[in-house]
Amino acid sequence: MTTTADAVVIGGGVVGASIAYHLAKRGFGRVVLVERSYLASGSTGRCGAGVRQQWGTKLNCLLSRESVRMFERMDDELGHDHSIEFKQGGYLLLAYTDREMNQFIKNVELERSLGVPVDLLTPAEAKAIVPMLNASDVLCATYCPTDGHANPFHVTYAYAGAARRLGAEILTFTEVRGIAVEGGKVTKVICDKGTLDTRVVVNAAGPYSGGVASMAGLDIPFWAERHQILVTEPVEPVLRPMVMSFSRRVYCQQTPHGSFVMGMGDPSEPRGFSLESSWKFLVEMAREITRILPPVGELSVVRQWAGLYDMTPDAHPILGATPVEGFYLACGFSGHGFMLAPVTGQLLSEIICGEEPSIDITGLDLGRFERRELVVEPSVV
Amino acid sequence: MGDEKAVGKPCGAGNETVVICRCEDVTLDEIRDLIAKGYATMDEIKRITRCGMGPCQGRTCRQLVLAEIARATGKSMASVAPPRFRPPTKPIRLRGAIKGDSCDYDG
Repeated sequence: MTTTADAVVIGGGVVGASIAYHLAKRGFGRVVLVERSYLASGSTGRCGAGVRQQWGTKLNCLLSRESVRMFERMDDELGHDHSIEFKQGGYLLLAYTDREMNQFIKNVELERSLGVPVDLLTPAEAKAIVPMLNASDVLCATYCPTDGHANPFHVTYAYAGAARRLGAEILTFTEVRGIAVEGGKVTKVICDKGTLDTRVVVNAAGPYSGGVASMAGLDIPFWAERHQILVTEPVEPVLRPMVMSFSRRVYCQQTPHGSFVMGMGDPSEPRGFSLESSWKFLVEMAREITRILPPVGELSVVRQWAGLYDMTPDAHPILGATPVEGFYLACGFSGHGFMLAPVTGQLLSEIICGEEPSIDITGLDLGRFERRELVVEPSVV
Repeated sequence: MGDEKAVGKPCGAGNETVVICRCEDVTLDEIRDLIAKGYATMDEIKRITRCGMGPCQGRTCRQLVLAEIARATGKSMASVAPPRFRPPTKPIRLRGAIKGDSCDYDG
């Protein structure tokens, strides 16, 4: 094991892999990524695999718009031996309440002002895009055709592979046990297989980022929350966009493989690290999705699982430097880490290299919670 | 132990036509290629190839892939971790899950 590194990235999910790649691409010396299991074994590999640009805040629009551009050229840029399966079938967001409809009208105005191609649709127009939609109780919808899906495993492996070719070291099945801070500066990352001397540490440990931050003496406002998901047998392509409702807390998309992946939030879900699947979820998911997309009820579920959201009080990530010199955060994505991973890697590498970040994310620093300057995202499942 | 080695014995040339995962059409060559690239866990091979993710949920391929990993890494099959078994036990229609919801559950 290398004993010195210029930067240590903690977490081998898609965010950590993207950061390692972008640091290596900038020639930031010896970059080491540490993952306690295999790559994409945590939240990345459990996620819904959606990529959207429709949000209620300017920052999320800007970040996701840039990420989509990066997904579009990723197969060429990373030279991975497998496609990342980026499919831009769009996202169709459904409004069922007046409040939601008003929010959508505001969102569309914001999104369009930022160059995100979004349309506000009538229920009939929504049904023209998704013929199987039960539009009877839909008030309106928004649709962005360049939103879509990518394969989380292949994206992560593509970033890690490209990082490795640029000289980064990827240490899987290696667990971080401690972080040494001396005189307010990071000096070491202590792992089960040895110690790395370093002056730069990036915390990209997803739902486990709170524990990693506490190793550096930082308390971050952050919690983990289980979200459940299921997948059906594959069938012929019949559903192009991701269909999503915030008020009903559901999303459903047919992947390029043909299977339908769908998930549902539960407002009564307690904070914690449980990854168990429940019968309750299966039944509630089935009930909700057959209301929205009735023919989907005929599909068979082959597997259900759960993953953890890394939640913050305002559903925005915490990005950038901290009061501990050399200790950076890239966590708290609140269910959107996969889609924001490309741009996160770019921005963190810019910040760590001492450059002006290409998107102003000063509002997403850790200090916003103390300053009480939260940037609340209204449009989340 | 001797029997386990026999299970993993190479079956000669032409393995591109030896289908390991019938649900997702994954061949023995693809599995061996990934193991040679350093993917030495069933979890990784499953996620890269979809091997074991189809309707049978790995009932056919699980043992075959574990045997291949064991053979390539020189480990016993018992020491190669199988992937997690996930519900439902057998594919169930979404509409069927609603109809069957007459018994109590506690989440």
